[in-house]
Amino acid sequence: MSTHTEHQAPQGQEPLDVNDPKLTRFDIVREGARRDDIEIVHYEPQVLPGTKAERRLTRVVAGFFLITGLAATAFLAIYIWWPWQYEAGRGGDKFYTPLLGFTLGVALLAVGFGILTWGKKLLPKEVSIQDRHEGQVDEEGRTITGQTMLYMADELGVKRRPLLGISLLAGLAPVAAVAAAPLVGGLISQPHKNNQMFTTGFAAAEGGERIRLVREDGRPVRPADISSGGQLTVFPGIEHGVSNRHADSPTLLIHLRDSDAQESRRANERIGHGDYMWGNYAAYSKICTHAGCPASLFEQQTNRLLCPCHQSQFLITDNARPVFGPASRRLPQLPIEVDSEGFFVAKSDYTETVGPDFWERP
Amino acid sequence: MKRRKFDLAATPGKAAVGVDDRFAVATPLRKLLNKVFPDHWSFLLGEIALFSFVVLLLTGVFLTFFFEPAMTEVVYDGSYAPLQGTPMSAAYASSLDISFDVRGGLVMRQMHHWAALLFMAAIVVHMLRVFFTGAFRKPRETNWIIGSLLFWVGFLAGFTGYSLPDDGLSGTGLRIASAIMLSIPVIGSWVTSSVFGGEFPGTIIISRFFIAHVLLIPGLLVALISVHLGLVFKQKHTQWPGPGRTNNNVVGERMFPRYALKQGGFFMVVFGVIALMGGLFQINPIWLFGPYEAWVVSAASQPDWYVMFLDGSTRLMPAWEIPIPIGDGYVIPPLFWPTVVLPGILVGLSTMYPFLEARQLKDRKSHNLLERPRDAPARTAVGAMAVAFYVVLTLSGANDVIADKFQISLNAMTWAGRIGLLVVPPLAYYVTYRLCLGLQQHDREVLAHGVETGIIRRMPDGRFVEVHQPLSASNGHADGYGQLDYVGWVVPKKMNRLGALGPAIRGFFYPIEKPVEAPVSPGHPPVEARPEREEITSGESRR
Repeated sequence: MSTHTEHQAPQGQEPLDVNDPKLTRFDIVREGARRDDIEIVHYEPQVLPGTKAERRLTRVVAGFFLITGLAATAFLAIYIWWPWQYEAGRGGDKFYTPLLGFTLGVALLAVGFGILTWGKKLLPKEVSIQDRHEGQVDEEGRTITGQTMLYMADELGVKRRPLLGISLLAGLAPVAAVAAAPLVGGLISQPHKNNQMFTTGFAAAEGGERIRLVREDGRPVRPADISSGGQLTVFPGIEHGVSNRHADSPTLLIHLRDSDAQESRRANERIGHGDYMWGNYAAYSKICTHAGCPASLFEQQTNRLLCPCHQSQFLITDNARPVFGPASRRLPQLPIEVDSEGFFVAKSDYTETVGPDFWERP
Repeated sequence: MKRRKFDLAATPGKAAVGVDDRFAVATPLRKLLNKVFPDHWSFLLGEIALFSFVVLLLTGVFLTFFFEPAMTEVVYDGSYAPLQGTPMSAAYASSLDISFDVRGGLVMRQMHHWAALLFMAAIVVHMLRVFFTGAFRKPRETNWIIGSLLFWVGFLAGFTGYSLPDDGLSGTGLRIASAIMLSIPVIGSWVTSSVFGGEFPGTIIISRFFIAHVLLIPGLLVALISVHLGLVFKQKHTQWPGPGRTNNNVVGERMFPRYALKQGGFFMVVFGVIALMGGLFQINPIWLFGPYEAWVVSAASQPDWYVMFLDGSTRLMPAWEIPIPIGDGYVIPPLFWPTVVLPGILVGLSTMYPFLEARQLKDRKSHNLLERPRDAPARTAVGAMAVAFYVVLTLSGANDVIADKFQISLNAMTWAGRIGLLVVPPLAYYVTYRLCLGLQQHDREVLAHGVETGIIRRMPDGRFVEVHQPLSASNGHADGYGQLDYVGWVVPKKMNRLGALGPAIRGFFYPIEKPVEAPVSPGHPPVEARPEREEITSGESRR
């Protein structure tokens, strides 16, 4: 069905005179290709001019382009007139983004398919062979370039005048350091300023009041606020205590059941934290010692605290010892008691480093 | 002076002559127009990455007009009612504004995010194509290294990008990133406090990530991509073996017009798909996560997919802390190994692979012909091993979700991942190696004995044999036909690949005429190859 136009490659032919009026345009194209070491060995029109197939494909391509026009117009109309501002509930604005994406996508896809159909179906198929010149090393060129470079090196005379090289290096080395200095000097920041890595918001000012434990809204916490088996995230009752400025301070205040509390107290005593709990209440840092996520999933039945980021699990009744997952260090415990007004306060700051582990932590 | 008539038709020609007078571009332009590209569907994967990158630049520039990279605390008063009155960073507030108060902002944001995911996915798939076909071999090692670096730079682009909105999810990611930096021995705390400008989270990290994300990293990406494409152009594309194809030529189409037209169309298609996804599929709905607060997290906090393998490695790592009892005592946290050392090893191994393989095989030749994966069983098996390793890690990055959805114990998932990471890759190596050998053997068998026809013939002595259609004419061999050499390309294994079934006549929606049943009868084993097989064709029309 298809017609083949075979162009046999006359190898080793003289270059054609491209001004020869007898040549067709394709002859010149082929000649140009030959001059680039390309042989067009197969050139086959996929549709013949004037055939039904050509008209059909033309209609298809044109159809695609018209779809693009329609979709793009729809995009503009929707962009301008569709209600787009957020309203609660199921307003028309819920469809604004999907409609924009849909019309834009259809417009782009249709123009893409139009171009693809044009290229793939209407243009002639061809097979061309281009020479890679692989393995043909230009030895002469290498020699010339190599010698030129060596010549330049000779002219500079670094070998004869070594002082030049040495002094240049000695001169440039500090320049490199000059380039690096502002960047390093500007960015570098002492990590142990104010002992910040080892303290939290619960560190009371020198001789100051003990810091209260407060809720997210800033209200202090009474023991009766947490039911048995319950837990509450608490913060240092200081300015900006409930904010990311004290990202190390969030603490989990847990009201343990009697039996668990006894077990917990025994575990506390074993490591010399005998007075860290108050009654059946224990407070542990919420910041995971592994990667710093909030370890916030407390399973009442097993007294395990799970960090949802990497699944480290801490056994609260055993001083929050890591029992599973990648964490290697206990969650630090905050020593707590209740002040004269009946609110929880921190007896002192954490006695261990809060947050993810680092080199000089011990 | 007589006024010369203005000849409109001659204007382009004259202009062209004028340009060439000044710049002498005619011949270089001809060379460009003529450049031959081999064609195969798998060569288009890298282009998906390139086109997604273009979309990323376009949508990204739009987003910068509205995003405010600052951690200043503001109280949200935009039109998203559930968060009104909430204190949050200016970055998060402006991200919400892009989603709700900028017309068409959400579709742009979602297109940007989807394009980023597609960019990374296309890079990975393209890399697999290059690896499994041996396209990285000499002379293309440099381009392999640049490609591997593009993955890691893209990784950084993605991470710095999705950290910018400063929402609950991305803030948790930042916190983990700070912990990873902290875990580096000796300098960890200095690195972290220098990057964050003090203790986490500080007030400057978003601005720093912003400039990295919109200037430094894209600049690096553009530079690497340019060199990558320049080298493909200079070294010419690899090609599959096939009729007329040698190590020393390129068989394909000239770049213009057909090849370029197909590229242009493909770009539009990629762009269109990203637009559809950006409009129809919700991604990263930051308004549901709320602002970042150091004490809030939800289960199933997963990073973008290309970061998940590191999340997985972190989850699987046993709690091995290495104390160093010098002076006050020091410690190397377990977080250091899966998040700093592992990526380091992966970068080293992947970039060095071409040299390792060449050294192992003592192969110093240039290779422009691709190898089918089955023909290099050791490489294919190593690749399968790497893929298995990556897949186990990525799945482990979602092990809490899997445990939840399939009602499996979370700890069991972690242990399955730990054991799987050690067991699955070697298993993948072995199975792949055997599969390759099996496929190789079958190719040779078909070349030697022909294609199975499904016709059973009874011999005079009562035996039954299956009739095979030989692939070559008799060369005076004893069994009646010659044996073909394997040339590294697809061997036809079914009769309709040999033209036993006529081609379907295609219609618009369905074939106008379907092929008749194969005209085979026991007496007349079928058909010769169709005559046009002798031509030099792209070698793929049979596929």
